[in-house]
Amino acid sequence: MSEGIDLIVNGRPHRVQAAPERSLLDVLRNELGLKAARLGCGLGQCGACTVLLRDRAINACDTPVGSVAGQPVTTLEGLGTREAPHPLQTAFIDEQALQCGWCTSGLLMRAAALLRQEPHPDEARIRQALEGNLCRCGVHNRVVRAVQKACR
Amino acid sequence: MSDAALPDSLRKHPRLGQWLQVSAQGGIRAFTGKVELGQGITHALRLIVAEELDLEPQQVEMVRPTTAHSPDEAVTSGSLSVQHSGATLRLAAAHLREACRDRAAQWCGVPRDSVVLEGGVFRAGTSRYTWAELVDAAMLDEPIDPAQAGSRPIGIPSHREQGRPDIEQKVFGEFTYLHDLSPAGMCRGQVFRPAVLQATMDDASWEALALRLRALPGIVKVVRDGLLLGVLAESAHALERSARIVAQADLWRGEVDVPAPDDVPRWLRSQPLETATLVDRRPEAPLPAATRVWQAEFGRGWLQHASIGLCCAIAQWTGGTLQVWSHTQGIFNLRRDLALAFRLPEDAVHVCHADGAGCYGHNGADDVAFDAAWLARHADGRPLRLEWTRQQEMASAPMGPAMAVAIEAAVDAQGRLQAWKQEVWSQGHGTRPGRDTTPALLGAWQVEPPFPITMAVNAAPHSGGGADRNATPPYAMPRLEVVNHRVLAMPLRVSALRSLGAHVNVLAAESMVDDIARSLGRDPLQYRLDHLPHDERARAVLAEVASLSGWGRPPGDRPEGWGRGIGFARYKNTGAWCAVVVDLVVEAEVRLRQLWIAADLGRVVHPDGARNQIEGGAIQAASWTLRESAHLSARGIVSSDWESYPILGFTEVPAVGIALVDRPDCPSLGAGECSIGPTAAAIGNAIRDALGLRARHMPFTADTLMRAVQAQDPD
Repeated sequence: MSEGIDLIVNGRPHRVQAAPERSLLDVLRNELGLKAARLGCGLGQCGACTVLLRDRAINACDTPVGSVAGQPVTTLEGLGTREAPHPLQTAFIDEQALQCGWCTSGLLMRAAALLRQEPHPDEARIRQALEGNLCRCGVHNRVVRAVQKACR
Repeated sequence: MSDAALPDSLRKHPRLGQWLQVSAQGGIRAFTGKVELGQGITHALRLIVAEELDLEPQQVEMVRPTTAHSPDEAVTSGSLSVQHSGATLRLAAAHLREACRDRAAQWCGVPRDSVVLEGGVFRAGTSRYTWAELVDAAMLDEPIDPAQAGSRPIGIPSHREQGRPDIEQKVFGEFTYLHDLSPAGMCRGQVFRPAVLQATMDDASWEALALRLRALPGIVKVVRDGLLLGVLAESAHALERSARIVAQADLWRGEVDVPAPDDVPRWLRSQPLETATLVDRRPEAPLPAATRVWQAEFGRGWLQHASIGLCCAIAQWTGGTLQVWSHTQGIFNLRRDLALAFRLPEDAVHVCHADGAGCYGHNGADDVAFDAAWLARHADGRPLRLEWTRQQEMASAPMGPAMAVAIEAAVDAQGRLQAWKQEVWSQGHGTRPGRDTTPALLGAWQVEPPFPITMAVNAAPHSGGGADRNATPPYAMPRLEVVNHRVLAMPLRVSALRSLGAHVNVLAAESMVDDIARSLGRDPLQYRLDHLPHDERARAVLAEVASLSGWGRPPGDRPEGWGRGIGFARYKNTGAWCAVVVDLVVEAEVRLRQLWIAADLGRVVHPDGARNQIEGGAIQAASWTLRESAHLSARGIVSSDWESYPILGFTEVPAVGIALVDRPDCPSLGAGECSIGPTAAAIGNAIRDALGLRARHMPFTADTLMRAVQAQDPD
C-alpha cells in the first residue's frame, strides 16, 4: 500500500508515494531518477547498489525505503561533481579503475564510507572493507590503488 | 597488400563512407560494427582513427552501432576487434588522409609531398583546408585503397595515454546504460520459463497461477505461449511480487541427465560423440622408440557467465516493424534471428546497441531481446523493458562447457619432446544466434510451436576453433596428434565463454610440459624455451616474465606451502603471446600472492586499456580455476546467486605486474583472452610446486586439493 514518505537524498528533501517495503534502490532509480546506483542482484550480495545512509554504506536493493525516512541518503550523484569532484572520483579516473563500470558506483560509495570512518586505511583494511562489492572485470587492484591515492 | 591479407571487415564493406564520414560540425564520424562491452574497444578504435588523421581523440565521434547504419562485423568476440575493425579503420583513415592530401595539392597546384597535415588541417601552399571542405560524396563512395597505409601515421604518440571518456562519465554517475533508458510510454515485463530446455507446463497449475497474478496490484497483463509465461506491469515492484509467486508455483516439469561434480569426465565420454582428428603430423623418418611416456587427464566443470549486471532489453513494435535496444555482442546476428523467430523480413527489425555490464562470452543479452520482443507484442505499441533477475540470469544464461583433456607425451633419449597426443571431450562452445537457419534464442525454443533447439557447435579450426582452441601445443615436436570429440548432448545450454577451449587446453599442456621438465630435472622455463626455437616472440615473452618475476630466484622469506609456477600460450596459435608466473601459498586453501604477466600484442593501440584487459582476464581465470563450478541437478542449475556461486573477491585478488612487449611494426592483436589459459596453467604449476603433487580437475578448491593429497598419485 502506497504512502507518502519523506526522504533526504543528496541533501535535498523529497516526498515520494511508495509502499514502504519497496526497495530504496527502486525508489532512487525509478522515482527520483538517480540512476547511478545499480541493480546487480537484489539480494544484498554484490554491492552494486551501495549508497550511504548518513556515513555508513548500505545495500539499497534490500533496504526498504520506509526504513530510511527522514535520514540523509547519499548517492554517487551527491558524492562529487565534475566541478567539485570527490578525491575518490579523481583517483578512480587517474587510475582508470574500471572497465564496464557496473560495480563502480557501489565501490565509490563503499570507499567513501570507509574514508569517513578511517581517513588512512592500509591496503589490507581497504580490501577488507570492499569485500562486499563484487567485480567481474577484475579491476580490484586499480580500485585499491585509487583508494590509496585518494587518502594522500 | 594482397587480397588475402585484407581484414575481413574491409572485404565485406569496401567503401570509405561505410567507415568514415564528416559530421555537420566538420568533425570526423567513425563507424564500427564492434560493440563496447566495457572492454574499451570504442576508445581503442577512436585512437586509431585519431592517430591516422592527426586529430585529438575527442575530435573523433565513434557512432553507436546499429543495424541501420553500421557495417556488419558479426560478433564482438574472439579478441578480433582491433584486428578486424581496427585494421579496417586504420586503412580507411589512411585512404581518407591521402585522398584529401591529393585533392588539396590539386586545388593549389602544388606537389602532394608539400601538403602538410597538422592539427587536423591540411596546409597546401598558402591555403588551408578542413576535412569538411575536402571530403565529398564521391570520395566517400570510393573503395578503400589499402596501399595508402604504407605511410607512417602522423598522430601524436601521447594520445595513446589518454583515458577512456566513458570512465569519467561512469565515475560521475553520468553514464547511461541500456538499463537506465526510459523512453516515453515505457512499460515493464518479466518472462518466466522452466529451468531446463525441454519441459512441460501443467495447465491446471497455469490457470490457477494466472488468476493469482492477474489479481496482483500493478499487473497489467499475464500471457502464456507454450512454456513461456509473461507478465506486464508498470512498476518493477509489481514484477518483483509476481516473481515470488511464480517461484512458489512449481509450474514446470522437466528433468535432465547431468553428472555429479566428480563424474564429469566419464559423463562427457559416455555421451554420443562426433570425433575429428584435427592435427596428424608425422615426421618423414620414423622415430626411435620413446625413452619415456607420460599420460594425464585434466578438466573442469561447467562455468557460469556471472556478470555483475543483469541482461536487459527494450523492444517496441510499430505495426509490423520491431525496434530493439540490446547489449548483444552481435547486432546483425540478433537481427537475423529475431526476424526468423517472428517471421519478419530482416529489414523490418532494427537493433540498436546500448551498453550493458561486462560481457565475457555469449551471455543472455540476445535471449532477453527475444523475451522483450515477444512480450512487447502485448504492449499495444509501447516500448517494453525487460530485465532478468539474478536468479534468472544464473539459471538461463549459457554456461561455459565442461571439458576433459587427455594428453599422452613422449620424449627421446635427450629428453626432447618426441610425440604428443592431445584429446579433448567437450560440448561445442557455441550456440550463438545468427548462424543457422532457425533462431538460436532461448525463448524461441520454448514458445508453441517451438523452433528446434540448436545443438552447440565449434567454429572451424581455421576460425580459431571451439573446444579445440589451443589444443595444439606451441612446442616443437616431430609427432603431433590432436583429436576433438564433440559431445552431442546438451541437457543445459552451453556456449562461448572467454577463451573457449583454451582455458583447459593450456592448463593441460602446460601442466604436462612442467611435469616432464621436472621429471627430467630440467628448469621448466628453460625446457619451454628449448622447444620454441621457431618462435622468437614466444621466447621473448617468456624471457620478459622471467625477468619480471625473478624466475630462478625465489624470495628468501618463503612461507610454508609456498609455490611458484609458469604458464605460456599464444592465444589460438595466431593471436597474442602471453606468459604468466604465479606465486601462491597453499594453506587451508590456495591463496594467490602475486601474478606477473608478459604479453606481446603487436602494435599496442591503447596500452592502459590493454593492461586492464590482460589483468582482468587473469583475475577472472584465477577465479574460475580456484573457485568456480556450476552446481547442477536433474532439475537445472542450482547455483543461483553469489552465495552459491562465489567468485574471487577483494581480499583474494593478488597483486599483478604486467609488461607489454611493444612491437610497433607488427599487426595489432586483441588482448581480451590471451591471459586466461596461461594464468590457469601457472596456478596449476605453482600448486604442483607447493605441494609436490598435481591437481588436474578445476576448480582447485580446498576440497579438490585435499582429495588429491589423499589419493597421492606420484609422478
